Amino acid sequence: MRKRRELRPVVSRVAAIRPDSLLLFSTLRNELVRLPYFLRYYRELGINHFLIVDNGSDDGSREYLAEQPDVSLWTTDHSYKRSRFGVDWLNWLQMRYGHGHWTLVVDPDEFFIYPFCDTRPLRALTDWLDASSIKSFSAMILDMYPKGPIGAQPYRTGQDPFEIAKWFDSGNYVISKNRAYGNLWIQGGPRARTFFADAPERAPALNKIPLVKWHRDYAYVSSTHMLLPRGLNLVYDEWGGEKASGCLLHAKFLDTFAVKADEEMARQQHYANSHEYRAYKAAMDDSPDLWCKWSEKYINWRQLEILGLMSKGNWA
Amino acid sequence: MSVGFVMLCHTAFDRAAQVARHWAGHGCPVVIHVDKRVKGKTVRKLMRDLADVPDVRFSSRHACEWGTWGLVAATQAAAGLMLREFPGVRHVYLASGSCLPLRPVSELVAYLDERPKTDFIESVTTEDVGWTVGGLNIERFTLRFPFSWRKNRRLFDGYVRLQRRLGFKRRIPPGLVPHLGSQWWCLTRQTLSAILEDPERESYERYFQRVWIPDESYFQTLVRQVSGNVESRSLTLSKFDFQGKPHIFYDDHLQLLRKSDCFVARKIWPQADKLYRAFLTEDPGAQAVAEPNPGKIDRLFAKAVERRTKGRAGLYMQSRFPNQDWENGMTAAPYSVFEGFAELFENFETWLGKVAGVRVHGHLFAPDRVRFSGGETVYNGSMGDSAMLRDYNPRSFLVNLIWNTRGERQCFQFGPADEQKISEFLSRDPHAQISVISGAWAVPLFHSNRNFSDIRREAALLQKIESQHLAVLRGLHVKARVRIWTLADFVENPMEPLQSIIDEIGPRAPRRLTEAPRMADLTGFGQFLQNLRNQGMQPVLMGDFPAGDDPRPGNTRRGRPYLVK
Repeated sequence: MRKRRELRPVVSRVAAIRPDSLLLFSTLRNELVRLPYFLRYYRELGINHFLIVDNGSDDGSREYLAEQPDVSLWTTDHSYKRSRFGVDWLNWLQMRYGHGHWTLVVDPDEFFIYPFCDTRPLRALTDWLDASSIKSFSAMILDMYPKGPIGAQPYRTGQDPFEIAKWFDSGNYVISKNRAYGNLWIQGGPRARTFFADAPERAPALNKIPLVKWHRDYAYVSSTHMLLPRGLNLVYDEWGGEKASGCLLHAKFLDTFAVKADEEMARQQHYANSHEYRAYKAAMDDSPDLWCKWSEKYINWRQLEILGLMSKGNWA
Repeated sequence: MSVGFVMLCHTAFDRAAQVARHWAGHGCPVVIHVDKRVKGKTVRKLMRDLADVPDVRFSSRHACEWGTWGLVAATQAAAGLMLREFPGVRHVYLASGSCLPLRPVSELVAYLDERPKTDFIESVTTEDVGWTVGGLNIERFTLRFPFSWRKNRRLFDGYVRLQRRLGFKRRIPPGLVPHLGSQWWCLTRQTLSAILEDPERESYERYFQRVWIPDESYFQTLVRQVSGNVESRSLTLSKFDFQGKPHIFYDDHLQLLRKSDCFVARKIWPQADKLYRAFLTEDPGAQAVAEPNPGKIDRLFAKAVERRTKGRAGLYMQSRFPNQDWENGMTAAPYSVFEGFAELFENFETWLGKVAGVRVHGHLFAPDRVRFSGGETVYNGSMGDSAMLRDYNPRSFLVNLIWNTRGERQCFQFGPADEQKISEFLSRDPHAQISVISGAWAVPLFHSNRNFSDIRREAALLQKIESQHLAVLRGLHVKARVRIWTLADFVENPMEPLQSIIDEIGPRAPRRLTEAPRMADLTGFGQFLQNLRNQGMQPVLMGDFPAGDDPRPGNTRRGRPYLVK
């Protein structure tokens, strides 16, 4: 709650939010190059309003966002780390504006994919979830990467990042259950394979629950990996069946990544003393290629469903 | 004017109006019932929207909470109004506001004209019904349900349990045989008016007002009293999922719906613009007269329910993580584990790949790295060969490998020198075919050029690990296909066991093995074991190798490979 005082509104258009609006919440820093495609992608999906926290950008992100007609923007120069990596800020905004809405919480490099997303808008999904009395929807992070050294193909603003980062790992994810919160803990993918092969327990968590019919009593605990109350984390079936789920295509590994890793290392604002970025930094110095001969080239959500990375559940 | 539509509406009124206009425009009168809980403003707008359509009426409004009497009362009121206002109507078709006609009205009219006396209503006795949710079949008719299922689920369930325990039973009115069925029917004027004008109607109503989900039983039961020609099926395509809620149709179902040849479908997602556009504009090239054939759609939705309830065997992912014993297949496909074979035979892996046509890996759980087939460092699904990654979650490693290689039988070597954590999982998995030559790990030691004290220490350790592993394989909960031979027994007669293993692996294997794998030279092996004994170790897992009496096929290295006739 005290974190609310850290947020300063830049421009508020929350009056435009209607009772059935689909809301997207995000926190970001210096992502100008990504923003045009990000906004376009989610507008086409059917997001009605963006609520964004800008954590001290100095690349023009703030000015760009402030001009967008469907964005409400807050800014803060406080510590990303001490706000538990932005969770506190977004929890506050969600409590204030998200109550009763379907809310999608994603980073600017995460692109939400769900069953039938090529033929049915996001509202078809949320309507179905409402009708099925489902309150939270899982979407695992799928790290996407280019073929060849990460920095080799420059990303142009407005471009679909998956024209470059079109490859992914299809079947090397490990899962265990987190008894404390009841969520699954998923690790693996190219990051575990290349950066954490000798410290697998430190590989980043890939499980996420980004889409929730928000209630003011809900809260994300750590990033969007887990929620309270615990029941919201039960996005998986325990009796053999499959619940519906999606993926967050992760466009982290573009040429922007090296710059980002340097910057984040300098700021020391990430999880576990930025161990993740330290590992990247070390690996980045030899300009890594995440691609291997078993890498899978992304086609569409049906491919991900066949590979078992996501499921239609009983949505048909 | 042979068919009239009764529409029960509670939401998406723009779509309801669009469909009502379509039907009325094609000469079918429409009576609309709007849920009483809908705001007056919305209803007035709907009435205004349809004011220019002559054959549309609005019936008196009832509150329609799901599973309650209100839905039947609404239907009675609207159907009564239809019969009074439009004397030319012969069939009354009950639809909802989220229904969409799939075939031209003229085809429905023609279809009904050919069957002027037929009542289309799904009507099944409680014993034969297979789709009710919550296990309430006959009890719908014999218990009381004063509490809302939606709002007070616990009270509802508790009261049902209480009545069951007390043995409470309501009396079913004499002469009525309870029937259930889809609430979307199409009845003839004769039948419908007979039900509505029945002198017993009031007493039936009193009874059905307290029946659970009367809209699925009131007409379905009474029609059996008055109709001589019940066709027990619904003309409306309406599928239900495993929670008992209707499946919803979207734009991408267009082709399926077209091919279904059903007259009406429900429910349609209100924003499925393409569907509404496609089916409400007149189709110039009317298709041949066809019977409704929802087979493909049935399969689609049946598969969806199966995916939700049973899932894909051997898949562990973000939205499927079954508890132990609920996996429906712990792994995706059968696979084989060989213990001691690669130690006893010099070319076992190549030989096996050749004769059985399968993928043969080395020791997948070797301590230094994963020995994938062909020495690969990355394998299917981008699985790395890092031992640390594998040992971080050996179970995920194995199920991933089997999942990633669906369609190709996987075999791998295992032994006491490997990481053992996976043992228990292997033993419980019915897909695992585990063949063990116990004590065969001693063969490489026998051939090694190491100091005997090291060998002795190593042998003791391996024997201890393998004994524990064998205890797991002989446990009570073993579901794997396990075969265990001692080294001595196996060496005595290797072809028969090999043959039965290969036979079990699959149809692609030849009926008879013609070539044996090359066995390691065991000359002096008995003495080697004796030396271990002399040093104080007790090698027991190999079986009986008397010192000095070398086993029979010990000389196969030099001669022809061992052949079976």
